[in-house]
Amino acid sequence: MKILVCISHVPDTTSKINFAENDTKFDTNGVQFVINPYDEFCLTRAMWFKEKQGASVTIVNVGGAETEPTLRKALAIGADNAIRVNVNPTDGFQVAKELAAVVKSGAYDLVLAGKESADYNGQMVPGMLATLTDFNFINGCVGIEVDGTNVSVQREIDGGNETLSTNLPLVIGGQKGVVEEKDLRIPNMRGIMMARKKPLQVIEAVGAEASTTIQSFEKLAPKGAVKLVDADNVDELISLLHNEAKVI
Amino acid sequence: MSVLVFAESSEGKFKKTALEVVSYGKKVAEQLGTNVVALTINASDSSELYTYGAEKVVSVTNDALNTFNAKQYAAVVTEVAKAQNATVVVVDSSIDGLYIAPIVAVNLEAGCVSNVVAAPSNTNPFTVKRKTFSNKALSNTVISTDHKVIGLAKNSFGIHENVVAGTTETFEATIVASKVKSEKVERVTGKVTIADADIVVSGGRGLKGPENWGMIEELASILGAATACSKPVSDLGWRPHSEHVGQTGKPVAANLYIAIGISGAIQHLAGINASKVKVVINTDPEAPFFKAADYGIVGDAFEVVPKLIEKLKAFKAS
Repeated sequence: MKILVCISHVPDTTSKINFAENDTKFDTNGVQFVINPYDEFCLTRAMWFKEKQGASVTIVNVGGAETEPTLRKALAIGADNAIRVNVNPTDGFQVAKELAAVVKSGAYDLVLAGKESADYNGQMVPGMLATLTDFNFINGCVGIEVDGTNVSVQREIDGGNETLSTNLPLVIGGQKGVVEEKDLRIPNMRGIMMARKKPLQVIEAVGAEASTTIQSFEKLAPKGAVKLVDADNVDELISLLHNEAKVI
Repeated sequence: MSVLVFAESSEGKFKKTALEVVSYGKKVAEQLGTNVVALTINASDSSELYTYGAEKVVSVTNDALNTFNAKQYAAVVTEVAKAQNATVVVVDSSIDGLYIAPIVAVNLEAGCVSNVVAAPSNTNPFTVKRKTFSNKALSNTVISTDHKVIGLAKNSFGIHENVVAGTTETFEATIVASKVKSEKVERVTGKVTIADADIVVSGGRGLKGPENWGMIEELASILGAATACSKPVSDLGWRPHSEHVGQTGKPVAANLYIAIGISGAIQHLAGINASKVKVVINTDPEAPFFKAADYGIVGDAFEVVPKLIEKLKAFKAS
């Protein structure tokens, strides 16, 4: 099985979010970048397939040279090789079109991508990629088993789970549950050393155009101080929620 | 030209978010000087949508669509969008809404923006405000394509009555083949789900064990709320993963979020900060949640929550 895992290079979830150039650019000063957490679940699941069922695992990112440390980390976790599509994308449609070109040229069976990235949270790329490549598509995946070309997938639905069956080739939009958080891989020293020698191929973009552009960013208005209510006076809390906040 | 909204229903009844997307679609249609058309799939009576401004309802009824299938549903939305000459398609940002939005966008070669929180600030260029960076910021985004797909964030625009004399027409949709088959649906019935809930009552490690969740469930039941939990609680197996709220868990955009015994790690706050009013009950006055909350009680959950249950029962009865 030939697996492609899409890797987004995103700010660490604890990062302070600031903007520069008149609030038109994300300020990367002092920001630590990591593998998108949703992609990390997918990468770990790909490692499981590689080790238990036999699979090759390629990772891909659409981005500038600054994303390479994140790709090296994914290689240290165990991916076999990496592809970086050399363009700084401005929206998910552009990313999906660039990824579709990679998928079409690589004869992949299974494409795993986080259901969203932790920065722009668009939730567009896996679905667009599947549609552009005419692969089957399951989003919100919380479990996947592959037997030959038959696939069984669990996805989250409102208030429960759905089990689906399908065939390869398939694109998955994954999340926690594809593997559990406790099973996520941390690169060890041997992995880090080996990752340095693994191939990281830089390819030029096919020139896909974005369909949206961010004009400006806004930070949320600062929140007022919490109103504390005495623990012996829950009546006051009920009154505030009813009369002031009007939520009960 | 028209604005098409997909009004999601469940077992024939419209979800609350369906009324919100119709309200939103009406506003966008007014801005563009056109009409809003609502698409329903297997809904029994569409007339409720006239109350929120849908001048026309396109009703698709087909047994093949009884179970949600993203490719098939997206094909129906695409076909109706083309038939109605819709340049803007609005879905809600539910699990199913965000499943079909990117497929519809590719089908229509449309720019697609999800988690939108307000009516367009400008229609030329078409500019919408959306949540970004895990709800820590907003972005003003321009959609430059002729067709546009918008995923509206829950509880962001609100439900606005706008009574019109609408009409409903039936539409025979083409059912496309899909190699993805639903084998089994397991849904907790009789419980309010986090996605639908206006109020969410959430418990953390401060509750000390799963045996103490009875009071969380009782409080939720009085408020008609969904129950939720923090990540450590789901990791410990005290509560199912489907209740885990946070960065990698479920997002909550409720009107009221009550956090009990949750300290408020940044990843948890990222999952709830789209909620309008936040209440925290925690023994530790230094818990980070107090900085994010609107109302707080520094106190022991085992003393405060039973009192709150008792007083709320009296309040609801009065």
